[in-house]
Amino acid sequence: MHRRVFVRSGAMALVTMGLSPSFLRRTAFALQLPKAAKGKVLVCLFQRGAADALSMVVPHGDADYYRLRPNIGIASPARAAGAAGSLDLDGFFGLHPALAPLKPLYDRGLLAPIHAVGSPSATRSHFDAQDYMESGTPDVKGTHDGWLNRYLATCDTCEAGQAEPFRAVAMTPQTPRILQGPAPAVAMTSIDAFTVRSAGGVAERLEALYRTGSADLVHATGAETFDAVKRLREANPARYTPENGAEYPRSEFGQRLRQVAQLIKSDVGLEVAFADVGGWDTHVNQGAATGQLANRLGDFAASIAAFTTDLGDRMGDVVVLTMSEFGRMARQNGNGGTDHGHAGAMFAIGGGVKGGRVHGRWPGLAPEQLYEGRDLALTTDFRTVFTEVTSRHLGATKVEALFPGFEGERALGLLG
Amino acid sequence: MVTSFRIVIASALAVAACAPPAQHTTTAPQIMTTVGTPTDREQTADEQVQHVLSRLTFGARPGDVVRIRQMGVDAFIEQQLRPDRIQDRRLEDWLNQFETLDLTYSELQKTYPRPNEALQALGAANRNSLSQADSAAFRRVVEGLRRVGTEVQTARIGRAVLSERQLNEVMTDFWLNHFSVFAGKNALMRYTIPEYESRAIRPHALGKFRDLLGAVAKSPAMLYYLDNWQSAADSGRPRLEAPRIAQARNRGLNENYGRELLELHTLGVDGGYTQQDVIQVARALTGWTFLPQQPNAQQMRQLSNGAARPARARRNQARVQRAVEQRLPEVGTFFFNPQVHDAGEKIVLGHKLRAGRGIQDGEQVLDIVATHPATAHHIATKLVRRFVSDDPPEALVGLVAAVFTRTDGDIREVVRAIVTSPEFFSSASYRAKVKTPFEVVVSAMRAVDATPDPSPRAAQLVGGLGQPIYGRQTPDGWPDVAGEWMGTGAILNRINFGTAFGAARVPGARPLGWPGAANVMTASREQQVDAVISAFLYGRVSPETREILINGKNPLQQGRARDEEGEIPSARGLAALVGLAVGAPEFQRK
Repeated sequence: MHRRVFVRSGAMALVTMGLSPSFLRRTAFALQLPKAAKGKVLVCLFQRGAADALSMVVPHGDADYYRLRPNIGIASPARAAGAAGSLDLDGFFGLHPALAPLKPLYDRGLLAPIHAVGSPSATRSHFDAQDYMESGTPDVKGTHDGWLNRYLATCDTCEAGQAEPFRAVAMTPQTPRILQGPAPAVAMTSIDAFTVRSAGGVAERLEALYRTGSADLVHATGAETFDAVKRLREANPARYTPENGAEYPRSEFGQRLRQVAQLIKSDVGLEVAFADVGGWDTHVNQGAATGQLANRLGDFAASIAAFTTDLGDRMGDVVVLTMSEFGRMARQNGNGGTDHGHAGAMFAIGGGVKGGRVHGRWPGLAPEQLYEGRDLALTTDFRTVFTEVTSRHLGATKVEALFPGFEGERALGLLG
Repeated sequence: MVTSFRIVIASALAVAACAPPAQHTTTAPQIMTTVGTPTDREQTADEQVQHVLSRLTFGARPGDVVRIRQMGVDAFIEQQLRPDRIQDRRLEDWLNQFETLDLTYSELQKTYPRPNEALQALGAANRNSLSQADSAAFRRVVEGLRRVGTEVQTARIGRAVLSERQLNEVMTDFWLNHFSVFAGKNALMRYTIPEYESRAIRPHALGKFRDLLGAVAKSPAMLYYLDNWQSAADSGRPRLEAPRIAQARNRGLNENYGRELLELHTLGVDGGYTQQDVIQVARALTGWTFLPQQPNAQQMRQLSNGAARPARARRNQARVQRAVEQRLPEVGTFFFNPQVHDAGEKIVLGHKLRAGRGIQDGEQVLDIVATHPATAHHIATKLVRRFVSDDPPEALVGLVAAVFTRTDGDIREVVRAIVTSPEFFSSASYRAKVKTPFEVVVSAMRAVDATPDPSPRAAQLVGGLGQPIYGRQTPDGWPDVAGEWMGTGAILNRINFGTAFGAARVPGARPLGWPGAANVMTASREQQVDAVISAFLYGRVSPETREILINGKNPLQQGRARDEEGEIPSARGLAALVGLAVGAPEFQRK
């Protein structure tokens, strides 16, 4: 603690010697350190490639759905028994059968699907739309930081205390756009990889190199790094066994969620976690109750279900929020797939979530109700959901700074 | 994609012939700018040698320090400012092993088709329905396309490691970052990259800014990345030529490139332009486009129908289609399309562009922004940040901006003004910059005189350190200040890179490949440490660092640390020392 403050102060002194403004910003809020053990965690899961919302949360009560999707529509629960049909939620919507592992969460009131949600931008480019969803500024490309980082950087929920090296963790090879910015965030593909990979006394000597000598930015960050490595080792996540009989899929996504759970239970100060999963760009042969998309959804659902099982009661402090850059065209295309669309669907899962019902106004699928005559129309701006989750769950107060220029609703009623 | 593609093809019809773009190579008088003299320099003679190696090159190779000390720092600067006069045979030989670097967009697309196109060519609906032989062919296609993406990355590393034209390479790196594009935008984007580097950026790295700006504006890479290829006059605006088919009329203005041209490429975010200027610039650049792919048979039929009256089209279907094919511009080549060009009057930054003109609108916009005082200041600031300090001294920026204006944007003269300035050779700038991940990997390889491996491994290492080559998603390029590169995970990755380097896990880079290594293989620990410090850290480390390297002791945990390898001087111990040096804080600086 004392050494850290000393190192930080040493680094601070360097600011006057001409270090970058971003370092200044980082140091400035490093000094008003995050409140430890506030305990609330937000886990954002990004389905990259535009997941087909109309197959995930099936509007089986809307006759237009089956008109638009004669071959790839998911059958209504009434028409098809068991695995072939959607799993009814409220008489109008149903879950894709491959999402069955999530159904008990819905039944227990812990899971809320949000339909017709997304970015107001008209873009159908994966790249642009992911950029907007992560920067939180639709149609503004100049935004340099991601909205999760802006949340961390505004830090209005923080009090003086121990700095948390693992306050923000992305289980990705590189820091994703959503977490880029002045606040520190760690990107790693596995907890095991977050260590100094060298034998003998080499690691100790490296540590010594960074803990002695000049008190500059490189040394200060190095000292932080060794603190973080030590912190993680002390928490001993290697010995981790999932609880409550949770069984994670062996997929990359499943294993990354397992490690997010590990970090949460290790009490290393995790507040914001991020992971992503690809394979949703189903232009060709996406299948229906079974097939390509069903396989992706099966892994997705089993991973999230294992995560909630594993965390058990701790889900009271956790919100999992899934997102995808846009939805897919309402009408199936000529290749048994779907092209890029507009509004999509999200899932919010957690103890504090008002689950057990589908949120968001349903815009309908009649020709005149479709966006540009072809896509599910948008009725909820993703910034409404992001604002609600950061304010009501994480306790952010300066929400206007998170989404500059956003004047829409600040809550949908997802959380208590 | 499908819609916009059809529009571009449609509008391409009209462009049978268009005048070649105007040349902008102004022949300004050669101005020798001597802003500093060797006597103004705070750095010692040795520091100056290290400093030019740190900033004008990607790090010292064995023998470089001695060589520059002999020839003199100023002679070295002059030599590096004239890359055309430097032989580069070793690099040229090394580059010969790659297939994709010299191919044009259309050649790449033909030789390395995208998987879906290959499946179509093989007559299969998906890869599961391929015969065994076709399956092998398909795998070769996938591998080929991967190569288009990776060879250009590996070549960047190889050039930075091997080229004798180091300053030219540093400037190429600078401009590729200033005019940053993202190869992962989608599969087609990948085909634009080799040409972008070799034709738009590299020839102008030390040339005239206006030539560079024009080459970028017309490059398929930038046209595609920032969407200008599909920008068209808004409905209701007059067009230079009537669009032939309906879709071409419905498309609208895309401001993306116009905005970044002002904000990032020229004036800078505080350069004094307005949203109106962005719109006017975008309007002036409508019609600057290229054809991303050859239309398929069905699209051709549609085009033929759209291009002629229906009754005649039915009679002359084949003839019209042939005519369409002949009149299509070559895939992957810039052309001006009058059918989507907004022909109305524009006012850009106070300059009136009169109505009814074509490609001249865009050329004049580039002239206006290239000579704008805010551009001189913006480019000067970024270059001074790159070469001198994270916080560019305002006096030097002002002086450099004046050189930029006086020489009509002569980049060579601008760089000369910076790297001969007293600020460049000040004590404050000595080792004040933190290396980017690219520089960490390349400088380590140079220190051991590595010949990079042609595999994508080194590029993956750079990506793993957080700076994938051609992998910056946003158009602002990678940051050039220390604070952005120093994070907990980042340091850990750099430390682990050092260890991997010392353990010979970087292909092509032998950790004991430096000439001095052989002499100290069995020397005392102290001699080994000093040799490593000399080879990797210019002989300049804190007393603590030297002590830790020699004794293998952590002063914070006295008496506890033990290091068997350190006790007995050996080749293995020496390699481990190299790993420590590359992972050390001192190696992160330049």
